[in-house]
Amino acid sequence: MSRMNATPPLYLQQRPEVAERFQRLYQREVVLETRGLGKVYRGPNGDTEALRDIDLRVHRREFVCVIGPSGCGKSTLIRILAGLEKASSGQVLLDGAPVTGPGRDRGMVFQGYSLFPWLTVKRNVMFGPLMAGSSRTMAESRAREWLELVGLTKFADAFPHQLSGGMRQRVAIARALANEPRILLMDEPFGALDAQTRAKMQKHLLDIWRNVDITVLFITHDLDEAVTLADRILVLKAHPGEVQEVIEVPVPRPRSAEQCAGAEFMATKARLEQLIHPPNAQAAEEDEDDAAPMLRLTDVTDNIE
Amino acid sequence: MNRALRALAAWVRRPVAAFTIGSFAVPLLLWCLVSYVPFVWHPMVRVQSAGAVDYFQPGMLVARADFDREAAEARSAGKPMPAGEAANPVYLPAPHEVLAALHTAFTSPPEQRDAPWLHESLWHSIRIIFWGFVISSLIGLPLGICAGAYPALGRLSEPFIEFFRYLPAPAFGALAVAVLGIYDAPKIAIIVIGTFFQQVLIIANTTRKLEATLVEAGRTLGARGWKLLRSVVLPGILPDLYRDQRILLGWAWTYLIVAELIGTSSGITFFITQQARYQHFDKVYAAIVIIGVIGFGSDLVLERLGRALFPWDRNGRKD
Repeated sequence: MSRMNATPPLYLQQRPEVAERFQRLYQREVVLETRGLGKVYRGPNGDTEALRDIDLRVHRREFVCVIGPSGCGKSTLIRILAGLEKASSGQVLLDGAPVTGPGRDRGMVFQGYSLFPWLTVKRNVMFGPLMAGSSRTMAESRAREWLELVGLTKFADAFPHQLSGGMRQRVAIARALANEPRILLMDEPFGALDAQTRAKMQKHLLDIWRNVDITVLFITHDLDEAVTLADRILVLKAHPGEVQEVIEVPVPRPRSAEQCAGAEFMATKARLEQLIHPPNAQAAEEDEDDAAPMLRLTDVTDNIE
Repeated sequence: MNRALRALAAWVRRPVAAFTIGSFAVPLLLWCLVSYVPFVWHPMVRVQSAGAVDYFQPGMLVARADFDREAAEARSAGKPMPAGEAANPVYLPAPHEVLAALHTAFTSPPEQRDAPWLHESLWHSIRIIFWGFVISSLIGLPLGICAGAYPALGRLSEPFIEFFRYLPAPAFGALAVAVLGIYDAPKIAIIVIGTFFQQVLIIANTTRKLEATLVEAGRTLGARGWKLLRSVVLPGILPDLYRDQRILLGWAWTYLIVAELIGTSSGITFFITQQARYQHFDKVYAAIVIIGVIGFGSDLVLERLGRALFPWDRNGRKD
């Protein structure tokens, strides 16, 4: 065998500082763990297996992205982690204790904002602490701190419908964080935002993550987003949703926009592309597209090409 | 006053206002047309002088065919001809007569000594509606919300309520009198029966339509049980609940007349039946118009109030 074959592919090559960072990361305690997690939906037309045998360990202050093709059960996974759905098999452990339902130790940010429209921005952020029995003044001062962190102090008394999409999602993040959860679960939180706002929000989220003791599990279908944000990327494959690969992102931190053109970024993204859209599967998909008959809805002589 | 006038003037200039005014003006115009333009309908003749026809009296209304026949007979016999003008039947008074009746009903005492004034009758009716609606809501709102929020309770209660709402409320009239006596209680009971069952189903449905992610967000933030119901479900459905209640109040009004006929006739229904008995149809119309004005007016006020109460609500906005 030649030495060339022994060299790992580029996306597996880590600079010394990155490798060392992962070393340190794995020494931190495990916050969230899943053991053999499976989910089967029973339906009139037979059972559908959404998730099979998911094993995952998320360490404190780690940023994990979950990515996969549509139908891979990534939303089901995060809903089980949040306690909104029950697993059919396996276990979810938070700090070693099994999870049985939703709780304030796991904050959740939804794609559709899901802010309470009848509450002002500040009252939205106060919601968690108030539910936990904090006094109004305590909750209010806490909310002010979090609003300052997400830069929305000026909008404390506005209603959610008066804010832009990006601002609403910042409120949703502040609302989840105000409960001081152990882990922040984010279900495609920036999926509804335009590209520019999305990039800003990614940077903003990384800033928050750097400054707050919080672990993040982030679901996305955007490869760039996953590589930009994550320490590790959990790649799921569909039907049933299984772990295909866990990638340690070799792009050094702090991350910046310029890194998008870097060799490590490109290599990681290429690997993700390969996993999620394998060449032969893609060809099959395209064949299917070709098979769809196209009707001519304009005059035969009215050609544009 | 000046400010109110200016606001009114600004409202009238809006394009929407033209349609709102038009939607009232068109039927009013039709009524005027039928009332004031003699050849439009006017199937009767009001006798002005009897002539030689012995059973005619001045002011009497006769069918045009009868009048023409008598007139022809008088002419061929060479006797004095009766005179009259085209008129509408007694049950279709002209707008100005109704307006005048409206005025006199409020300003002059009733013809029978013991009979209540129009405003007393109205107030009595409003009290019946109010209590019927309040009693229905006191049970119907919590039950509807719980049936919507907890599927088990919904499945347990809704089939029976679904069955019961098809039973016509007035059918319980005799029963209500037997149980509750002849005065206001059975009338209130009919309004309750007419409103309650619809109310539970509508409120339950509204509760079910609350966005699921709001409830889920509440749960992930640590709200559960009663706190979840009070802090997420209730405020989440409140604007829709308010709209439902407005619609249900309108339904309660439609049961009013039937309810007031039960036992001793009372309220606005007593007024209407009394006036109809003496063929004072102008007063009958006046009373009906008043019911409309009160119903429509209170709904407008409630709608405005709703906008002020729920500034975050985007569904109910017209503009």
